[in-house]
Amino acid sequence: MIGMRKTVGRGLVYLFLVIGAVAMLLPFYYMLSTSIKGPEELYVADLVWFPKHIVLKNYADAWNADPNFPRYFFNSAFIATVTTLLQLATSALAAYAFASFEFWGKEFVFVILLGTMMIPDQVTLVPNYAIISKLGWTDTYWALIVPWTASVFGIFMMRQFFQTIPRDMWDAAQIDGCGRFGYLWRVMVPLARPIFVTSGLFTFIGGWNSFLWPLIVTNTAKYRTIQVGLSQFNQEFGTVPNLLMAASTMAIVPLVALFFMAQKQFIEGIARTGLKG
Amino acid sequence: MSVSQPAVSSRRKFARETLEAYMYLAPALVILLAFHIAPAFYALYISFFETNLMRRWNFVGLANYVKLFQDTDFIRSLANTGKYVLGTVPTGMALSLFAAWLLNQKIRGLAVFRTALFLPYVTPVVAISIVWMWIYKEDGSGLLNAILALFGAKGQAWLLDPRWAMFALCLMSVWRHLGYNMVIFLAGLQNISTEYYEAAEIDGARGWTMFTKITWPLLSPTTYFVTMVSVIGSFQVFTQAYVLWPSASGGPLGSTKVVVKYLYDVGWGSFKFGYAAAIGYALFAIIFLLTLVQRNLVGSRVHYQ
Repeated sequence: MIGMRKTVGRGLVYLFLVIGAVAMLLPFYYMLSTSIKGPEELYVADLVWFPKHIVLKNYADAWNADPNFPRYFFNSAFIATVTTLLQLATSALAAYAFASFEFWGKEFVFVILLGTMMIPDQVTLVPNYAIISKLGWTDTYWALIVPWTASVFGIFMMRQFFQTIPRDMWDAAQIDGCGRFGYLWRVMVPLARPIFVTSGLFTFIGGWNSFLWPLIVTNTAKYRTIQVGLSQFNQEFGTVPNLLMAASTMAIVPLVALFFMAQKQFIEGIARTGLKG
Repeated sequence: MSVSQPAVSSRRKFARETLEAYMYLAPALVILLAFHIAPAFYALYISFFETNLMRRWNFVGLANYVKLFQDTDFIRSLANTGKYVLGTVPTGMALSLFAAWLLNQKIRGLAVFRTALFLPYVTPVVAISIVWMWIYKEDGSGLLNAILALFGAKGQAWLLDPRWAMFALCLMSVWRHLGYNMVIFLAGLQNISTEYYEAAEIDGARGWTMFTKITWPLLSPTTYFVTMVSVIGSFQVFTQAYVLWPSASGGPLGSTKVVVKYLYDVGWGSFKFGYAAAIGYALFAIIFLLTLVQRNLVGSRVHYQ
């Protein structure tokens, strides 16, 4: 009796999981299948579930429809990479100060920093736009990168990790003639590699996905990111689903590829930050 | 003399360490001050003006805030945001908890299922919103209507019908965020020691009792965290609403114009930046109050192991 109950239960678990997985993946199938359809399968009353002719040319057409696509991709990759590297650097330096130094105002500064996490980005949107305009940074990489090169959350995560490294290590390093910075660079940073990878991944993805800020600080295609370019493309080619789906696929694939490469760090990172909350 | 000597040197050491510490803090502090802390105060200043941020700066005192209470568009956008929060948070939590619970069973292919459920979360919002625009297409070529047709149900003009537009926005958001919450719940579930379940099993407890008496109370810190993050995040919704309904009207009859979309339209659409800054502050105040309420009402009842 109990054995049968268990089998039925197990079967139900798989049933729900399969339904769930199919429901979650269906939009991707729709995107991919639409991206390879020709016009005869697009403009019909009912959805063509399985395209008969694969039209790969749609990808080339989408790519050529906006001559600035390469530029958008480069901008997004460049901005996300530089932001990530700088944010890791500023966070590591600050976290090191909080974890290993005794200094005047330590508690106070830390509390103030944690307090800023409460401020949503929307509050600082107008003033930051004003500041960027005044600095003459509109339509430059400066505007897209500099405001995001420090993160309280990044500092916090790294501080938590640095604090777990025993103090004996520092004493030993000192005997070996290691200075403060040498200790950070040669001991702490290599040990914190997993934190760097996780934190860096999130920053990179955040940079690649950001939309509202690039939308308001860029005016020309030269500095537009892929998200802004894509939304423009959507408004221009809003009636051509196969091109739109091809363009969307191209914008999604780099992130999905990154996710598959670093899946473990990604999932563990979310689980960890979620628990520490 | 011999006693005060070390005191002086330790004070000097402290001063030197302070100086050195601030050198390490400087890069982060400068950026955070310039682009996060100072702007929060600057926003308050701007909100007292009627300004296009260029030449025109008319001081209007609290007029922008007074105006908020009478602005039907703002109140509408606030109500829409509230609907969005109520439409996404409870369903999203229930579904992600259920998914996490399923994945926490001893099953094969865990990694495959987890990846499939998580994948939407790594998609850029703009790109995936474009895909959903077509999923919601009003004729039979839209994926949602095509699925409904398989079951003999009638399709809808999801994005054009004011009765369905908010539903469409919520459905897409629940789909996209499910994986994130699921991973956090899964970690929370795996943190609950199996001893509790084994003991309960000996006492004759079964599935649902186990869930309500063990899992749910012991999971409450996780649930609390997910609720907070989801509510705060949902209040800031923008990109989906912008891509699905790019015009300033904000969806059919303004039914999906959310607060941040309104802020954007007021600022970068009509160049009323003082008023936009006030809207930002109003949003901040609401999120802040909700956080306090949640902390006091729910936080005290959270069960820590």
